[in-house]
Amino acid sequence: MDLLYFAWVRERIGLPKERYETEAATVNDLIEELRGREERYAMAFSDLSALRVALDQELSEFDAPLAGVREVAFFPPMTGG
Amino acid sequence: MAIRVVVQEEPFDFGAEAECFAAGRSDMGAVVTFTGVVRDVSGTLETMEIEHYPGMTQKALEKIAAEAEARWQLGEVLVIHRHGRMGPGERIMMVATASPHRGHAFEAAEYLMDYLKSRAPFWKKESGTGGTSWVAAKDEDEDALSRW
Repeated sequence: MDLLYFAWVRERIGLPKERYETEAATVNDLIEELRGREERYAMAFSDLSALRVALDQELSEFDAPLAGVREVAFFPPMTGG
Repeated sequence: MAIRVVVQEEPFDFGAEAECFAAGRSDMGAVVTFTGVVRDVSGTLETMEIEHYPGMTQKALEKIAAEAEARWQLGEVLVIHRHGRMGPGERIMMVATASPHRGHAFEAAEYLMDYLKSRAPFWKKESGTGGTSWVAAKDEDEDALSRW
């Protein structure tokens, strides 16, 4: 799948997008995996209340299943308008 | 019913957009326009940079506009939202609604604003003499959704 990062999540992790293969069943499982990768991921995912997730470009929840999902995006709460 | 959603980097011509919005629709007695402008709260802002999620932005805005259409009697809806770098006083975005009824046009415009503040994938970053920081979402922006 493709992982996308926006705003300060992108800055903390240091890249906008990466290809990632995972067996994680849910977004929460994926986050747990990513946290274990490197310090910068652990930092970016330290406070889930400050994060939002979109699955295939639709806002979603952290307990959502990842089966069939091709694009996961992580970002802070949006500030449009 | 026509929905038009535009996401672009370059400035838009507010006068021209307002002029042709719902032009010639004699069945629309009320037109509301709202414009969001880059605000310099502390007098130290030099630029505001708006990042967005290209694949998702257009769809998210269209979904919000379609929701508004389902809830109010609307003849036309327009949403324009910029991304990229802009300076204090520049227009960031506009919405326009046209309805046979004033109440519908006003409420739909407020609904669009409330939703695109916290459900459309845009992130604002401010740079100025005080440094650079991402604009934090406010609790009241989230609370504003509960009234709908």
